[in-house]
Amino acid sequence: MEILVCARRVPDTSENEIELNSAGNDIEHDELVYSINEADNYAVEEALQIVARVGGNVTVVTVGGEGDEEVLRREMAMGANHGVLITDDAFSGSDGRGIATILKAFVQKGNYDLILTGVQAEAGGAQVGGMLSALLDYPFASLVNSIEVLDGRKLKISREIEGGNKELHEIDLPCVLSIQTGINEPRYVGMRGIRAVASVPIPTFSASELALDPSVVGEAAAKVKRVDYFVPALGKGAEMLHGNREENVDRVLELVAAKGGLK
Amino acid sequence: MARIFAYIVHKAGVPHDTATQLAAAAKKIDLASSPTAILTGWGPGLDAACDNVCASYSEIWKLSSEVLAYPNAELVRQALAKILPPGSILLIAHEHFGIDLAPGLSIKLNSAVVSDAVEIAGVAGSFLNIVRQEFGGQVSAHVRCDISSGAVVTVRPGAFKAPESAPVAGIVVDKSSEVGALTARRRYLGTIVAEAGDVDITKHSVLVSIGRGIQEKDNVAIAEELAEALGAAVSCSRPVVDAKWMEKSRQVGSSGKTVKPKVYLACGISGAFQHLAGIKGAPFLIAINKNPKAPIFQVADVGIVDDILEFLPELTTKVRELHSVAAK
Repeated sequence: MEILVCARRVPDTSENEIELNSAGNDIEHDELVYSINEADNYAVEEALQIVARVGGNVTVVTVGGEGDEEVLRREMAMGANHGVLITDDAFSGSDGRGIATILKAFVQKGNYDLILTGVQAEAGGAQVGGMLSALLDYPFASLVNSIEVLDGRKLKISREIEGGNKELHEIDLPCVLSIQTGINEPRYVGMRGIRAVASVPIPTFSASELALDPSVVGEAAAKVKRVDYFVPALGKGAEMLHGNREENVDRVLELVAAKGGLK
Repeated sequence: MARIFAYIVHKAGVPHDTATQLAAAAKKIDLASSPTAILTGWGPGLDAACDNVCASYSEIWKLSSEVLAYPNAELVRQALAKILPPGSILLIAHEHFGIDLAPGLSIKLNSAVVSDAVEIAGVAGSFLNIVRQEFGGQVSAHVRCDISSGAVVTVRPGAFKAPESAPVAGIVVDKSSEVGALTARRRYLGTIVAEAGDVDITKHSVLVSIGRGIQEKDNVAIAEELAEALGAAVSCSRPVVDAKWMEKSRQVGSSGKTVKPKVYLACGISGAFQHLAGIKGAPFLIAINKNPKAPIFQVADVGIVDDILEFLPELTTKVRELHSVAAK
């Protein structure tokens, strides 16, 4: 099975406190630690496990800049066969539809049976997978938390719904699936693995190489634009305890007891 | 002004809680609007659900088809693409069905799409102004959406309060004949109900709930020791289940369990809205987190900026001391 995983590099919220810049209109980008979007990493692992069972190849693609090569190499160190960087100044400012349009052009240059995305990026809206499927006229399922390959170019998948329940579906290939976190246990990537792929060339594609009309991507084509970032005025917010640890522990104990929480 | 529609999710004849919230969101787009509800389904359940939204919507479009008996977004998308007038604004709840439906629908309608709106600040010219949250709620963003060819907007459940306006006497319009044949290359097979776990966190009055801040599986014992001392149970947020440190049955949130404790100790939990959606009954919420910017501090009653791996063991020691004094 030929599998394409669409991945993205994002500020890692487990490593960063996201703050506004001094102008108060954007987040502070200096010193942000970036990593692969968590759900995308699960998608790559799932692709690797599928090809381990049924054979095939895994290609990881990202739309971005030079800095994004690092996530491609990380996923290649996990075992992905190919990494591809789609990059062009014309792509800057693309909305979800623009990114999906770029990915569609790339998909059509290949012959993929299955396309995976992470369900959602840190700053994103869980959009690109669904849009890509509609542009390609492929079937789609979101929030996928298990995949089984059936005979006859079909998959049996489950979707995460409310209350920990799962919806089961059969879906025809080729299709697009957005992968929910927790579907598997992504393998560890060590420095040795990263070094092993450090010099593997990563092919790049530009707008013209994908025969993309610049007017359908980038900022000019975006129907949806982020105007600025802000931190909303808080409601009451928590009463913050500013004592030392011992004082805070005592206070928490008092409060828990007062609220009937001590047996 | 574009016509506004609200797609209503329903089950066994009962509309989802968000049915009235979408009506409230429509008023934020245009106060004078009279949004139209759309319900898809089959049989008596669909009819009952339509009747149940008549108080909130003046017009209800009913799309009845046997293949829509279970809401498969692949089929619903086709149906909506056939019946929505060009340029419409469609509101959908941002939950598992809306996430499945909305992005692809926006392509089929050639309209804009905005996901997970938490606030709507009206229309200026051909733009709809929307507020979203990014980075797990650490920051918000003003988003401008060009609605000149329509828009699909998914709305965060709970973000819009149902209006207290007088009920209307809505009329149900049967649009089923306009839908035609629907086929999908994705077929619904059934639903698997979550297994019960070893501990039922929905039955406990005190929960020690842990998040990513617990850092590794071996540290879960720190929370278990505190819970044991308190006579409480340990629950958790999604990243702890994703990492396989606890069972899914311990997860609080929209994709996990809904709990109603008296006291909720949120330990190393950032406070994503999907997690908060699982905490009901307004418990006394104490949050302990290393990150002073963690959104959990916006909703907690009491907050402490500290490392749970050091704070919790000290709290456990104090609780045990208290018990041993009481026992003497």
